[in-house]
Amino acid sequence: MKQHIRNSIVFLIGAGIVYAILAFLIETKILNDFYVQVLMIIGINIILACSLNLVIGFTGQLALGHAGFMSVGAYTAAVLTMNFHVPFLIAMICGGLMAAAFGLAIGIPTLRLKGDYLAITTLGFGEIIRVFIVNIDYLGGPRGLPGIEKHTNYTWVFVITVLSVLAIRFIINSSHGRAMISVREDEIAAEAMGINTTKYKVAAFAIAAFFAGIGGGLYAHLVRFVDPLTFNFLKSIDYVVFVVAGGMGSLTGSIVGATALTLLPEALRLLSLAKYRMLVYAVLLLILMLFRPQGLFGSKEISLKVFSGLGLKRAGGDK
Amino acid sequence: MELLQQLINGLALGSVYALIAIGYTMVYGIIKLINFAHGDIYMLGAYLGYFAVSTLHMSFIPALLTAMIGCAIIGMTVEKIAYKPLRNSARIVLLITAIAVSLIIEHGMATVLVGPNPRPFPAFFTQHNFMIGSLQIGNFQLINLSVAIILVLILQFIVYKTKTGKAMRATSFDMEAAQLMGININNIISVTFAIGSSLAGAAGVLVGMMYPRIDPYMGIMPGLKAFVAAVLGGIGVLPGAMLGGLLMGVAETLTKAFISTRLSDAIAFSILIIILIFRPAGLLGKVTREKV
Repeated sequence: MKQHIRNSIVFLIGAGIVYAILAFLIETKILNDFYVQVLMIIGINIILACSLNLVIGFTGQLALGHAGFMSVGAYTAAVLTMNFHVPFLIAMICGGLMAAAFGLAIGIPTLRLKGDYLAITTLGFGEIIRVFIVNIDYLGGPRGLPGIEKHTNYTWVFVITVLSVLAIRFIINSSHGRAMISVREDEIAAEAMGINTTKYKVAAFAIAAFFAGIGGGLYAHLVRFVDPLTFNFLKSIDYVVFVVAGGMGSLTGSIVGATALTLLPEALRLLSLAKYRMLVYAVLLLILMLFRPQGLFGSKEISLKVFSGLGLKRAGGDK
Repeated sequence: MELLQQLINGLALGSVYALIAIGYTMVYGIIKLINFAHGDIYMLGAYLGYFAVSTLHMSFIPALLTAMIGCAIIGMTVEKIAYKPLRNSARIVLLITAIAVSLIIEHGMATVLVGPNPRPFPAFFTQHNFMIGSLQIGNFQLINLSVAIILVLILQFIVYKTKTGKAMRATSFDMEAAQLMGININNIISVTFAIGSSLAGAAGVLVGMMYPRIDPYMGIMPGLKAFVAAVLGGIGVLPGAMLGGLLMGVAETLTKAFISTRLSDAIAFSILIIILIFRPAGLLGKVTREKV
């Protein structure tokens, strides 16, 4: 227990240093606007991937509708700042809560289903959310919602990404998190040990939806335009790909996966391979899955344990 | 009358969904993989049909057979390269691999092979409409339905009357036990992919004929809907896929005709969700109790 609090403090210090370096690079214009934009998208994708990992990697439920929750958060936050002049932070939190409410409403009936049935139902709900937005004129219908004020900057993205990752880490390391992991490992055994599996599945789902909503709010105020097509099922699948490529059950993996797979198409664009970037992306993904099916990190985390483990070995050798 | 008319249109569309859904369900029944690339095999079928007609000047049946054989070969190749090495890994890994294959096929077609622009599908026949009372039935719809029915009958024959079909059913029932009985699992999986893909290829040609505009991304939505159809009927169950496909087609057409064009996708998914909440294994699927 102490160990992971110490790890979190180190993580925060590390994040502070990274932030200082980034801020220096951005303020001195060494990184131009394009890079800053890409960095912010990476941050948002990290939030989405880590939250989805809570459902797929730690609770073991295959959900394919994450972009739907993102759209709920994005639209809620955008409407609140545009039409009701609510402060950005509060609007974002409202977006997250709204997405979590949707997560609860969808999770309670569907999480009784298993495996592929759950996958297709969540996918269906993601699409239904999208189609409903298309039919609501107040939200701009299929034309989308333009003219959202720009509030998101790299500080917002950075702080919220770090806080989200920390929060998810705390959940995983708590007794609730262990209950979620037990659902993944063996649902029947978990139930036999007195764990209310449905409750934990729904909880993981709603928490993930909350963070997806926050990510959506950030996204809406970064791009300043949302439309229903942005959040179709291909986007949901993108996040599943981030999680699986990074390694299910590893937050480090989700962070690295989201970063690498967001950077890759952009890098290919710069290498004047713009036309082939999705093709190259897909081929690399296939190769990754064929040769490292457990994802880049498997279920391992990068933590201080690696170093303290080395220290212990040395101490053991002395004996 | 209008309702009956729309039912006929719905059945014609539904028969195409059924053909694609059968491929999903067969593959799922054997290796428990949601083959996301299946919709793209259907797209390749449409393109094969297109080239068979426009470059090789084939007539309808040879073009259909070319598309089916071509898709069967592509389906088997995909299985050998991408899915076979992962047969024992987690199911979600297979799923991501299938998504990667799907992206490769789509973007490979769009960037390297044919280009992203839609192409007009050449007409095999001139369009005729028969009138029965005040009902209007197009010859395309008739051809569509009859080809689908013939293919499904052939499939029924293969699955239930031949030795290969028996082996397929045994494999999907229990792969390890089937292997112990001397069934060559690898061949059976290949055959399954070949049959499923050839049906998708046929569906591609039929759709190309009905809606004569094909592009590399045309497989995404029909693929998704066919998958929904397969789950709706109970994934892994052949008659379920046919029933689900027809239901999806009818539901979609009726929604478009009587409620709203924009809501048609949402209604298809809503039907799926409502049915799954009351029958968690789909319409014709059996609920299996998990034992410790």
